Amino acid sequence: MDFNLTQEQSQFADALRRWVEKDYNFEQRKHIIASDAGVSPSAWTALAELGALALPIPEAQGGFSGTAIDMLVIMQELGRGLVIEPYFATVLAAEFLKLAGQHDHLLEQVASGELQMAAALNEKQARHELFNIATSASQNADGFVINGVKTVVLHGAQAGQLIVSARSSGAQRDSDGISLFVLDANAAGISRREYRSIDGYRAADITFNQVQLPSSALLVTQGAGWPLLEAGCDYGVTLLCAEAIGVMEAIFAATLDYLKTRQQFGVPIGKFQVLQHRMAEMFMELEQARSMATLAAVKLSSEDAEERRRTVSAAKARIGQAARYIGQQAVQLHGGMGVTNELPAAHMFKRLTMIELSLGDTDHHLARFIAQPGFKAAA
Amino acid sequence: MDLNYNTEDLSFRDQVRSYLETNLPADLKHKVLQHKRLHKEDYVRWHKILAKQGWVATGWPTEFGGTGWSATRRHIFEEECARAGTPPILPFGVAMVAPVIMAFGNQAQKDYFLPRILNCDDWWCQGYSEPGSGSDLASIKTRAERVNSLEGDHYVVNGQKTWTTLAQHADMIFCLVRTDTGVRKQEGISFLLIDMKTPGITVRPIIMLDEDHEVNEVFFDNVKVPVQNLIGDENKGWTYAKYLLGHERTNIAAVGRAKRELQFLKRYASEQQKNAASLLSDPIYASKVAVLEIELMALEITVLRVISQDSGRPGPEASLLKIKGTEIQQRLTELMMEAAGPYSLPFDAAFLDGESEHSIVGDDDAAPLASYYFNYRKTSIYGGSNEIQKNIITQMILGL
Repeated sequence: MDFNLTQEQSQFADALRRWVEKDYNFEQRKHIIASDAGVSPSAWTALAELGALALPIPEAQGGFSGTAIDMLVIMQELGRGLVIEPYFATVLAAEFLKLAGQHDHLLEQVASGELQMAAALNEKQARHELFNIATSASQNADGFVINGVKTVVLHGAQAGQLIVSARSSGAQRDSDGISLFVLDANAAGISRREYRSIDGYRAADITFNQVQLPSSALLVTQGAGWPLLEAGCDYGVTLLCAEAIGVMEAIFAATLDYLKTRQQFGVPIGKFQVLQHRMAEMFMELEQARSMATLAAVKLSSEDAEERRRTVSAAKARIGQAARYIGQQAVQLHGGMGVTNELPAAHMFKRLTMIELSLGDTDHHLARFIAQPGFKAAA
Repeated sequence: MDLNYNTEDLSFRDQVRSYLETNLPADLKHKVLQHKRLHKEDYVRWHKILAKQGWVATGWPTEFGGTGWSATRRHIFEEECARAGTPPILPFGVAMVAPVIMAFGNQAQKDYFLPRILNCDDWWCQGYSEPGSGSDLASIKTRAERVNSLEGDHYVVNGQKTWTTLAQHADMIFCLVRTDTGVRKQEGISFLLIDMKTPGITVRPIIMLDEDHEVNEVFFDNVKVPVQNLIGDENKGWTYAKYLLGHERTNIAAVGRAKRELQFLKRYASEQQKNAASLLSDPIYASKVAVLEIELMALEITVLRVISQDSGRPGPEASLLKIKGTEIQQRLTELMMEAAGPYSLPFDAAFLDGESEHSIVGDDDAAPLASYYFNYRKTSIYGGSNEIQKNIITQMILGL
């Protein structure tokens, strides 16, 4: 048993951290958020040069074949630095290609940093249900025609290529009949409406109006996309869990520092036991969350899909609980400053809150954990 | 990063598992798995079985008859014992006083006491808490005055200890006593071993919420203790006491036992009915179980993270394990009692004591559950209350 990072992993983390400290600090980030683009091309170049984009891509496509544990390290650092670039969106979308074993040229472009991607999976009525899909995919002589609307697609407007879930057959909430496609985000019939998210990201609603795709756009057998959709999103959840650990570490450190420096009644407020015990609770939440993020990363590649689903959902549920507690308490302990937009801690709180609501919230994943046959079979 | 045991550890686990299958008596296993009361002879019997195998003192070095196992092996052993349903090895001798004797005792004390602890020849109890000294342990008042006499120097001990677990069976007690009142409270404490048969000692039961006799008050009235029973130096007892408390917290998370109890909880809840379906299918109840199960999954990894550092002595992170472990244990008993519902009400001491084969109202699983719940409220209080543990985290880890 070994919980240590490898030397390569530590070096990767250090390099990312140094880059964040130098070129992606709080002020620089603020400018990026306020800019028209909402993302930073130079930051993207830096991420590519650091190897962060090549890391998850298979060696055969010019990557480093990084594991989920390697990605845990990256996402923690990006979380700590509150990096709002289309990294998560791109890596998540690329995972679908990787799992499908198709479109190697796109993976090569991701590895080299030429291509940004996004996964257009959400729909307005779906809430957290990935299988709840009204967007249709009908087959014709030239391939497939897509119609529908995807909502809150993270970095959907920046992406050059999109992964899209659509329905080939069945009722709106059936897990059978789902197809997955990869397509050019500028294809005829696609319109994208971009907006800011409350945690500083960019997102888009994307309308597909008679979008004609070639047959090669289909990722797995028509109508049989559900296992791929679930597996890809479990990868995404694992990345978000890791990111949340980084954000929680940062907000915890900022709060601890504040407790040691902020004076009231002639002493640092960290001398008050009621605040000390709150910090002790936050510490325990963070450590329990860290354990689950690690477990999820290890079990992600489990050959037993139920084991993967069960662990990933357990992690998301546990980390969601920790993120909410730590975020809210950090704001409370910062007092009036905590509710301003001026401190990094406030932005960390917003990011943690949005992570909890992304790719299934705590209740969603608790229900998914319970729904796995093993929950009752173990009894 | 690798969360798997290596092949040597796995074969060790198999060896322990098959040993327990052969050597754990069925009646003891039944008592443990069914949450019945354990008696003195149950503890002693299991202790002596393990002693024969050489597996009693998992935390001791081999030179004193311990196993010399790594933290990982100790964890595996504890997991397997929990899984099988063994009675516990009581900590007072093996895990508490013995490490102090090894570290600070003289040769004669080591030679006499350690083999007797290994073999369970003496039943030990712990004389720490006093009516006025709970979390503020260093404030103890029990006095020991050194007296010179012709028959040999001795201490005269006067005072009272409390919450003394299973002192009604004890042959020996290790005590914190005050030998100097004119100094800072931590500096006037000594560590004494006292024979419970010495004249002047009175043991009075304290009956707990579950009506079981588990703890006691111990009164000392001019009790003569030979100076040979002093551990280390006079007035250095607080150092030894803190050393002991570090050892006490090693397996405090009790993850193995919690995993076994989670299985019991799920099995039992699945047999109960709500809305014409299994209670475990009820979304409200199931979500409580799921939250608990996930907390336990997390704690298991947290424990393994601590163990994999294998520094030999538990650091302040043991406080985290104590808090989370006891919260989980308490929540398990709470959900078990909820599952039993109205069947929690009948109180059947004869059944709990093993005097009747079946419980008075017929649900043998349910009969002990309310008692179990009430009994386990102690866990967040003993061994340094969970609030004290938070103080330790605050000071030792967070530096506040």
